[in-house]
Amino acid sequence: MAGLEDLYREIILDHYRTPRNRGELPPPAAHAVGHNPLCGDEIDVYVEVQDGPNGAVVSDVKVGGQGCSISQSSASMMSQAIKGKSVAEVRALVRRFKGLMSIDVDESDTSVDLALVESAKLGDLEALQGVVKFPVRIKCATLAWNTLLDALAQSA
Amino acid sequence: MATRHSGDAAMSLDVAAVRADFPIFDRLIDGQPIVYLDSANTTQKPQSVIDAMSTFMATAYAPINRSAYRLAAEATDAFEAARSATQKFINARRAHEVVFTKNATESLNLIVRSWGYANLHAGDVVLLTHMEHHANIVPWHQLAAERGIVLRWVPLTADGQLDLTNLAPLLDGAKAFSFTAMSNVLGTITPVRELCAAAHAAGAIAIVDGCQYVPHNVTDVQAWDADFLAFSSHKLCGPSGIGMLWGRETLLDAMPPFLGGGNMIADVRLDGFTTAPLPAKFEAGTPPIIEAIGLHAALQFLSSLGMANVRDHEMQISAYALRSLTERFGDDITIHGPTNVEARGATFSFAFRDIHPHDLSQVLDQRNVCVRAGHHCAKPLMRLLGAPATARASFYIYNDESEVDILADALDSASDIFGT
Ligand SMILES: Cc1ncc(COP(=O)(O)O)c(C=O)c1O
Repeated sequence: MAGLEDLYREIILDHYRTPRNRGELPPPAAHAVGHNPLCGDEIDVYVEVQDGPNGAVVSDVKVGGQGCSISQSSASMMSQAIKGKSVAEVRALVRRFKGLMSIDVDESDTSVDLALVESAKLGDLEALQGVVKFPVRIKCATLAWNTLLDALAQSA
Repeated sequence: MATRHSGDAAMSLDVAAVRADFPIFDRLIDGQPIVYLDSANTTQKPQSVIDAMSTFMATAYAPINRSAYRLAAEATDAFEAARSATQKFINARRAHEVVFTKNATESLNLIVRSWGYANLHAGDVVLLTHMEHHANIVPWHQLAAERGIVLRWVPLTADGQLDLTNLAPLLDGAKAFSFTAMSNVLGTITPVRELCAAAHAAGAIAIVDGCQYVPHNVTDVQAWDADFLAFSSHKLCGPSGIGMLWGRETLLDAMPPFLGGGNMIADVRLDGFTTAPLPAKFEAGTPPIIEAIGLHAALQFLSSLGMANVRDHEMQISAYALRSLTERFGDDITIHGPTNVEARGATFSFAFRDIHPHDLSQVLDQRNVCVRAGHHCAKPLMRLLGAPATARASFYIYNDESEVDILADALDSASDIFGT
């Protein structure tokens, strides 16, 4: 069995104890709620999308809700990673992160720019790699990301 | 099988002997034994159940109710013997009041779909409680959406018992009162006999969800004066795939069938059908035959231990768990539900420091301590507790006090990781 130190890296515990970008955004920011049916966790993702010269940009993001260390730290790191990025870059990052989680992606999904996926930087998020060794926790790690996609779909 | 469960005077069960009957406990994970504290979810299986099912398949398997050859007649007898054993286990009046389903969830859905559709109309009231499992909530919500019935709820006291102060007004005008005999989250045992009497006094029928109660206590549906009882085989040492519904004969007789198909009919013509008598009326299609054989062995196994002994054992382990966990962890642990062992079973939902239950169960798993983390299919109750999830340790006949200590040690290692 994989050791717990693979799962509970210091950076993960840090984001769990001190989550970044906690809070809410008022409308017209998009808001989606994600549920983990397994454990009852709920996560709120708020994104503000603004049009810029190079297309839509995630100008602000906030995260609410409750969850375990993995879902909360993943949400916190995600919020840092996507703030200020173009929506296209954010979608690419989601794809990249799901790859890290060994999740099969829908290759026919043309909304994702594969060149951007190549160049996407996971940074701190790499710390979540250990989750793959604990398959039941993958859903925890991806909860915020799927909720983010729902929020982006609303603002599209 | 030899009975080795005489036990001594001080202990109600000889746990070491009981444990020896469960082959899964021979398995080591990472070189360590399994500390299985998830029996409220589903129980482990004794060798006698495993043997009964495999021997039946190897030597006696055949269809039931359909064929005249000896093998089929024997299989039918074995299947019906499981029904009689179930009848005795819950002290029902007649064997044909016992209907085999897929699980307790299906039993409860059968009641709602059959009795509910035949008897409930817009505005009719059904009383539930705040500590119900989703299986005793969602089917009623479905009926409410389709028929416009009205649901009322019995609230809880601060220590997680039913607050019966306003029971009479809540029951006023109700047609059914459906409640659990024991909460799968709080461990609370409800006063079933009193609740049945109150329901009847108000002109309502009493439906008991016995999932968590029947595997752990002496059950007597006649003494309760209940109208329906739903429970599952997999929570009482039997196989998954078979559930039980007991119903009062007069009610079952008057109810329309639930599923249609083979076995449930007396006659089928081009222009319609007539139903078979009980219990076949509610057993459409090929039933869980092998599972019924396993269920029978499980009921025999529990009966050989004695359900009063099972209850005593669980009260002892509950007293020990409550005392030792609160002494050791003080305010760092919050155990939900009653603190009096007379009012509860050995199922403990708890919060430990600020550690999320998912993280707790992950750390406990490192020591092979199996607990459930989550909402326990009781989201309305979880909202009342103000926790989206709890960790839950549930003890059964094969658990002893040393496993409470292992749980406590494992909790300590969780605080090491989370530094709380
Ligand atoms: C109180 C209660 N009711 C109903 C059920 C549903 O049982 P099953 O899943 O076997 O249908 C359970 C099982 O978790 C339960 O604990």
